Amino acid sequence: MLLYYLDLARRSVRNARALSLLMVLTLGLGIGACMTTITVFHVLSGDPIPHKSARLFDVQLDASDLVGYRPGEEPTFQLTRFDADTLLRERRALRQVAMSGTFLPVRTDSPDVKPVYERSRITSADFFAMFEAPFLRGTGWTAADDESRARVAVISRKLGDRLFGDADPVGREILVRGESLRVVGVLADWRPVPHYFDTTLGAYAPAADLYLPLATALGFGFGTAGNMDCWGNSRGQGPREPGSPCAWAQYWVELASAADAPAFRDYLVQYSEAQRQAGRFERPPNVRLRNVVDHLVHREVLPGDVRLQMWLAFGFLLVCLVNTVGLLLAKSLRRSGEIGVRRALGATRGAIFRQFLVEAGALGLAGGLLGLALSAIGLWLVRQTPAPYAALAQMDWTMLGLTLALALAAGLLAGLLPAWHAARVAPAQQLKTQ
Amino acid sequence: MDLMPILSTLRRHKTAAGLIVVEIALTLAIVCNALHLIATRLQVLQTDTGLAESELVVLDLDGTVADERADDVSAQDLQALRALPGVKSVALTNQVVYGYNSNNSSVSLEQGQRQGRLSAANYSGGEGLIATLGLKLVEGRDFRPEEYLLGSVLSKQDKRTVGQVIVNRALAQRLWPGEPAVGKVIYVIDDTPSTVVGVLEQLPHPYPGRKTDSGDLAMLFPVKPSYRGGVYLLRTEPGQRDAVLKAAVEATARIDPTRVVGTGATLQEMRARHFAQDRSMVWLLSGVIVALMVVTAFGIVGLASFWVQQRTRMIGTRRALGATRAQIRRYFQLENFMLTSSGIAIGMAGALALSLWLMRLYELPRLPLVWLPVGALALWLLGQAAVLAPARRAAALPPVAALRA
Repeated sequence: MLLYYLDLARRSVRNARALSLLMVLTLGLGIGACMTTITVFHVLSGDPIPHKSARLFDVQLDASDLVGYRPGEEPTFQLTRFDADTLLRERRALRQVAMSGTFLPVRTDSPDVKPVYERSRITSADFFAMFEAPFLRGTGWTAADDESRARVAVISRKLGDRLFGDADPVGREILVRGESLRVVGVLADWRPVPHYFDTTLGAYAPAADLYLPLATALGFGFGTAGNMDCWGNSRGQGPREPGSPCAWAQYWVELASAADAPAFRDYLVQYSEAQRQAGRFERPPNVRLRNVVDHLVHREVLPGDVRLQMWLAFGFLLVCLVNTVGLLLAKSLRRSGEIGVRRALGATRGAIFRQFLVEAGALGLAGGLLGLALSAIGLWLVRQTPAPYAALAQMDWTMLGLTLALALAAGLLAGLLPAWHAARVAPAQQLKTQ
Repeated sequence: MDLMPILSTLRRHKTAAGLIVVEIALTLAIVCNALHLIATRLQVLQTDTGLAESELVVLDLDGTVADERADDVSAQDLQALRALPGVKSVALTNQVVYGYNSNNSSVSLEQGQRQGRLSAANYSGGEGLIATLGLKLVEGRDFRPEEYLLGSVLSKQDKRTVGQVIVNRALAQRLWPGEPAVGKVIYVIDDTPSTVVGVLEQLPHPYPGRKTDSGDLAMLFPVKPSYRGGVYLLRTEPGQRDAVLKAAVEATARIDPTRVVGTGATLQEMRARHFAQDRSMVWLLSGVIVALMVVTAFGIVGLASFWVQQRTRMIGTRRALGATRAQIRRYFQLENFMLTSSGIAIGMAGALALSLWLMRLYELPRLPLVWLPVGALALWLLGQAAVLAPARRAAALPPVAALRA
């Protein structure tokens, strides 16, 4: 029966070529626009580390002074050097990382290699295990290396290629701002989306190409990049020195399970209280412990424009759908005569209804295929924009399936009203007018 | 012309007529809000910073080795850059508009003030910055040569003290509305006093058009950064910017070849990059408006054509009874006008509802009512344009052919 309906649909399309083409075009445009924006939304709002995002937590403490204090307000979102050092030393979580992004010049002792400025991360040792950075060769460094301020570094494959060509970089020396460091590991290509563990240099920034132990880098007097909040008097201290009233370090912990979070929060509250009694903190304990997903939501990582574009596209698809319903209705009313004959020859109302739905579904699918092509063009256009996430706008299989499903649903939805109208046609009256 | 026949015909085609009305209403609601969004983005794109943007070149140098002589090297750089042909003036600044960083500090009117402090963009720059930026003092004076301090020296002080500050008019008016600002004192750095010596008509935040805590408040301290913490700003003739940039890179490389160029661009290039997202949103929204109008127009053409075909007999009868072609055409035009008008009426309410929803979601300003008649006019014109061809076709039907159908 389906085949017969499809054959009828083919004939009906042939009889009204322009109108059918118009419907397919309209649906295709609407679906193409929708899929382009949904794909971008899907890529940008995904969970970057789904199997452990519920156990990874960003730590915030309220170390600020009482200036402009409002009880319960959001504490500074990063930690001071002192707090980061202390929490690291106390090791109360399964893994813990204190870190910051920065930009550092790198070269080798070969005069042929030009110095390059690289996106860098200065971090404590657990970083690689916690965020599952994939090693191509070698390994990261250890907590003992952190303590001894070891002169070690991990580099990306890209940086390794640039500095050493085809040779294995592990064991080789690099010069960072004139300081000599030994490469202990090379990372495979890695791009967490979003760059969830530090959004201060752009939520969709690429991962760093150079990694150094935090203590080593601070010992050399290297700076940090990103966000820094300072309060009170610095007393002649640099902002990254242990006594300074400046928050700039991201601090993350990995707990054995999400259920351990309340206990860890209690520990942070106790720590804050102890700091207050010692006179360091002026504010009452006010901590935040957010897992990856909550952290991303709280930092409003998803660009507002992306969501706005998606709503716009849905609005556009809605107009396209209403338009298609109207055109389908016009088409089915014009075929009242044909329906009358089919009904008179014994077709039931249900059969007419199904016939028109099959036709609408077929149009929807055709629109979906067009929409697929249009969303490929749309995503290509997104990739040409200067947005930081431009390169990430790629179609995948999920989105491909979703497009066709959406198209079929849209076609059927648009077909319901006209099919119902068609099924109600009274055969006698139609036959009389002919 | 009598409206009754039109109304009675439409009553018999309630669903089709209703669909057109809904489509026009949806289109109007979206188009009005899209126009409003375009207008807000265009306003951002037209931000006037008050700078001589077309004459400025930015050169940011990064050191690749530790440098104890950064201040000396910077002094040599400045001398070499000022000697370049085509360069009107050069200055070092800690931050530049459309740049990659923004420095902000809180400002108090009293020592130890704990509440109600303001945040303002904190510029520190060397000699000639105001002239290089092309800014205008509306009150007071520029810094005197002896007032400039070296940033590297200042940072080693236990309680950093900078005696003078220049504020922009926005900050002056916020702190001392209606009063002269020169001679007043603010506390910014380490709770030490700085006296206002001048007021600039404009001094933009480094991220103009973006939402920041500082808003449009900004101030300038006579603190000289070195090339490591600052960027060079060169002012030249618009036509010479590229040549000057090239010469500046070469001149500074001769002084210290270990440095690499972080940013070397005209301020206009940096502005284009800064506003790129807003510009692409304007294009996208315009595209959406055009696509919506086209789809709606096709919908009107499709349904109108269908109606013309269905009413062939009626048209023939009316023509046979003496109706002119113009009357038949006007019939369809009037019908379209009525449908569009009802769509517009519903759409205006929809536009306001959509605007309220967008305001809640994106903190957008409320839809200015002026966009409603603009959108309505656009849809009336669109409707009339779309119905013209089917209406003409109806009018062209000969009465005999119509009766035979």
